[in-house]
Amino acid sequence: MKQIKKQVRHPLDDLLRIDRIPHIWCPGCGIGTAFSSCLIAMRESGIDLEKTVMVSGIGCSGRGAGYVNLDSYHTTHGRAIPFATGMKLANPELNVVVFSGDGDLFAIGGNHFIHAARRNVDLTVVCVNNFTYGMTGGQVAATTPLKAKTTTTPVGNPDTPFNLPLLAYASGATYVARWTILHTRDLTESIEEALLNRGFSFIEVLSPCPVNYGRRNKENGIDSLKIYQERTIIRNDAQPWELDIDFDRGIVLGKFIQTERPTCTDRYDNTCRPKELIEGEKGLE
Amino acid sequence: MRPAVLTGEYFMTGDVACAEGALAAGCRFFGGYPITPATEVAEHIAGRLPEVGGTFIQMEDEIAAMASIIGASCAGVKSMTSTSGPGFSLMMENIGLAICTETPCVVVNVQRAGPSTGLPTQGAQGDMMQARWGSHGHYDIIALAPSSPQEIFYQTIDAFNLSETYRLPVLIMTDEMIGHLSERVVIPDAKKIKTVSRPRPKGRKDRFKPFEPGPNGVAPMAHAGEGYHIHVTGLTHDERGYPVMTVEAQKAMMAQLMGKIQRNLDDIIRTEAYRLEDAEVVIVSYGVSARTSLAAVDEAREQGIKAGLLRLVTVWPFPEAQIRNLAKKVKGFVTVEINLGQIHLEVERCAAGKVPSFLVGHPGGTIITPERVVEALKEFF
Repeated sequence: MKQIKKQVRHPLDDLLRIDRIPHIWCPGCGIGTAFSSCLIAMRESGIDLEKTVMVSGIGCSGRGAGYVNLDSYHTTHGRAIPFATGMKLANPELNVVVFSGDGDLFAIGGNHFIHAARRNVDLTVVCVNNFTYGMTGGQVAATTPLKAKTTTTPVGNPDTPFNLPLLAYASGATYVARWTILHTRDLTESIEEALLNRGFSFIEVLSPCPVNYGRRNKENGIDSLKIYQERTIIRNDAQPWELDIDFDRGIVLGKFIQTERPTCTDRYDNTCRPKELIEGEKGLE
Repeated sequence: MRPAVLTGEYFMTGDVACAEGALAAGCRFFGGYPITPATEVAEHIAGRLPEVGGTFIQMEDEIAAMASIIGASCAGVKSMTSTSGPGFSLMMENIGLAICTETPCVVVNVQRAGPSTGLPTQGAQGDMMQARWGSHGHYDIIALAPSSPQEIFYQTIDAFNLSETYRLPVLIMTDEMIGHLSERVVIPDAKKIKTVSRPRPKGRKDRFKPFEPGPNGVAPMAHAGEGYHIHVTGLTHDERGYPVMTVEAQKAMMAQLMGKIQRNLDDIIRTEAYRLEDAEVVIVSYGVSARTSLAAVDEAREQGIKAGLLRLVTVWPFPEAQIRNLAKKVKGFVTVEINLGQIHLEVERCAAGKVPSFLVGHPGGTIITPERVVEALKEFF
């Protein structure tokens, strides 16, 4: 009897460009988990996926845009946010999700992040923070913990890392959360909330990079997950300035900020447009 | 509330005429950053866009300004930015992204003297080679060079039309003199202005390949949010837009990016001849320098030198064939430009040793006077 092999479909297949799988992410990498959470959240949130766009910069996480079966734009290093800003302002009907890494969003792209948050551009920014530049082989990042070893800090990082939720809060983000890829339910729920939040929403996802970060810091993939379990504490009411990345003292996770303020587009329309235009149609052609 | 096409007669600067040209062309998004001597383009359009349903944003730097206009164009809105030397340098990487992703947009460079901060308030034409080659990798570009406020109005419309037709960033390489020069500008009836929009996809959305060229060699462009589920990347990609890291894919993509320009040179290249029919000496010039060269042609003829002017309305792609043909019948070329020899090198290359090619150049900060051009002609020929 001829055996019919049943094709097993992944529940997210309809949101993936399955003809581009296998992906480039290494064994033990957390980006895939963060990416899955993002896709599930996009579906569960009920937003119109035909009007949803994923924008990425450059790096391992920046490859996210290449795997989602929606309109997706893989831009230049650090510039996903200003690209997304132009896109959102040009067509406010779009749901624009920026999925990128810590190096992309906070070193080369740091200036754009603070300004988009200040303006409260209605974007959802998911930052996979793996504490290093993974794609180029593990160099020190703006998020690398103090004293951690990387290829460009061979005896240890002399600099303190950013507290990303504090930076987002201080810059004006209206939704700020931090989770790890071990906390997938919380993470998915948070991304869902962020997608539905009108305004600049930021989610930091701590994620292991065993090949290029962990290996130089005596931390394999499982070790990272144990750290995420044992040395984290969920405190939704934590103050943003209490969120420094210090694994010895423990890392605080949670949803820290959810607030309302007019978006960039709201303010532009109310401040800059002639009154009769807001009442009436799109304008004179 | 004023209409998008401000029909009438005005006394306006080149920078303002450029902004009005953009509005007439259908530009509805401008991402800017202040820089002398281009600031007035942004200032003027900042007040005008909201009243015609468009959006202006002053971004945090020129890198962001360039990224924002590419994003806006991908969302389906004609977009533009303006800058000068230092900002133009910062825009280079994303100009390459627009080239690679075939995203129409317009970049205005109101040139000032460089290098570095240079002479911020004084004009030059020193960014012409940067316009050609400034972003990394090999590519073709379209760049125009207006010689008056009236011309910058029309060239801005033309720049949008070329950009939309061929899906690439088009550069308007003007200069401080034209940008800050006030002159009579006539804006015609809206009906008389021809505007072009990018080719758009038809047929089944699930079969659409975002980088598959249409009948004219240019791929129809789907916008974000239209249900085509397109992927757009600055990586080397195939017709589906998928990254492909092979030598073959690179070759095919480059052939597409270059071919759409190279196959249409006749449609793209614009030059203007002045007293060229019987000329023995050809002045090649563009922008403000072409304007001072006009007077030099008349003066030289009065002094017995049979001079003519070939004005480059588009500087890139370079009119190679035209220079090669002229080289067969004239005594020589003189390129007049406010730099120390950029387009001059192109003219020399195309003259290919058949006839001599000279430069009347200037390091920047002021115009080249007709007298100086005439003196040079007398010296050279």
